[in-house]
Amino acid sequence: MKEGITVDLVSKDKLDELSSEERINYIIDEVRKGKILVLERGLTSSERVKLIQQTMEKIDHDTFIGIEIEGYPEEKRSFIHRIFGMVGKPRITVIGPAHLLKTIRRDDRVIETVIVPGRRDA
Amino acid sequence: MGFHFSSLARIIQLLFGKKHARIGIYGAPNVGKTTLANRIAMDLAGEVVGTVSDVPHETRRAKTKKNLKIENGTSSLTIDIVDTPGIATKVDYMEFVRNYGIDEEEARRRAKEATEGVIEAIRWLDNVDGVLLVMDSTEDPFTQVNVTILGNLEARNLPVIIAANKIDMETSSPATIKSAFPQHPVVPISALTGHNMQALYSKMIEHFGKRKKRRWIK
Ligand SMILES: Nc1nc2c(ncn2[C@@H]2O[C@H](COP(=O)(O)OP(=O)(O)OP(=O)(O)O)[C@@H](O)[C@H]2O)c(=O)[nH]1
Ligand SMILES: [Mg+2]
Repeated sequence: MKEGITVDLVSKDKLDELSSEERINYIIDEVRKGKILVLERGLTSSERVKLIQQTMEKIDHDTFIGIEIEGYPEEKRSFIHRIFGMVGKPRITVIGPAHLLKTIRRDDRVIETVIVPGRRDA
Repeated sequence: MGFHFSSLARIIQLLFGKKHARIGIYGAPNVGKTTLANRIAMDLAGEVVGTVSDVPHETRRAKTKKNLKIENGTSSLTIDIVDTPGIATKVDYMEFVRNYGIDEEEARRRAKEATEGVIEAIRWLDNVDGVLLVMDSTEDPFTQVNVTILGNLEARNLPVIIAANKIDMETSSPATIKSAFPQHPVVPISALTGHNMQALYSKMIEHFGKRKKRRWIK
């Protein structure tokens, strides 16, 4: 058992060099290890849906009960972006295992989360 | 995603003006999706869709009710509704044990089925023509689940109506939902009492009945 909880600040560069699928796998793998990730650039909504799907597949009800994810909404799409059906840029996001990370409060400027070890005595 | 082309079936529908749409009822667990599905099916066909419960993840398989006709004076729309399992980012069987007194074995089974239900709900997104996104208006609407579902519907160019549910409760604030998602139509309702359902039906005819709108032209 390691002591303390690891929080990784993951740069946009690191995320950009991964394919969409690799990005999702990377996140799930790290979070399942009990890590909390702060992503400089978040996921698109279609990536988030895939992340939820994969999370559901990997929940084992004992060591992994799912994820907590918080972030700011995608930037408003410009007219040009909408014409080409492009999605807005995802913004800073925090993701962690649901048994550790809990959102306390959020507004459009600050997201307050708390890390509670042993929240779930499994 | 690039441009979104209509399917052949949809083009045929457009040409012959057949107004039939499959509407998915989506949202987080416990917001009142099944209560709303039952309300709609009861109003339009005198039938029930599924069981309602204050325990989250009550609906764990999607259920369809077909050929429900909404009429509103001169216009009408025939819909199939799909009541989907609540979408969540986590499922903890301990919550069922601690908060609802469900025994451990049953709670584990429920949790397992709930995770499968979430996956099924997401899969159904490929097979609906429009979505009623239900939110509990006594709660903060700005959740990852809501934002993610809406983002996906936008990317797919699927029409959505937000049903701001539970307005019979004193602490409800449908205005908060309206200001959180100003780009989408929001209809405050109580699925439980049936309050304002007529407004929802009118909005459904208007929003789901017309040919798929190309948002960027608006
Ligand atoms: N006060 C009030 N309670 C409601 C309303 N709609 C639903 N409820 C209650 O909310 C709880 C959940 O309702 P369901 O219809 O089972 O919710 P659901 O969204 O289908 O939940 P899952 O199937 O678990 O995802 C039940 O206790 C309902 O009685 C409403 O308009 N007002
Ligand atoms: Mg239900």
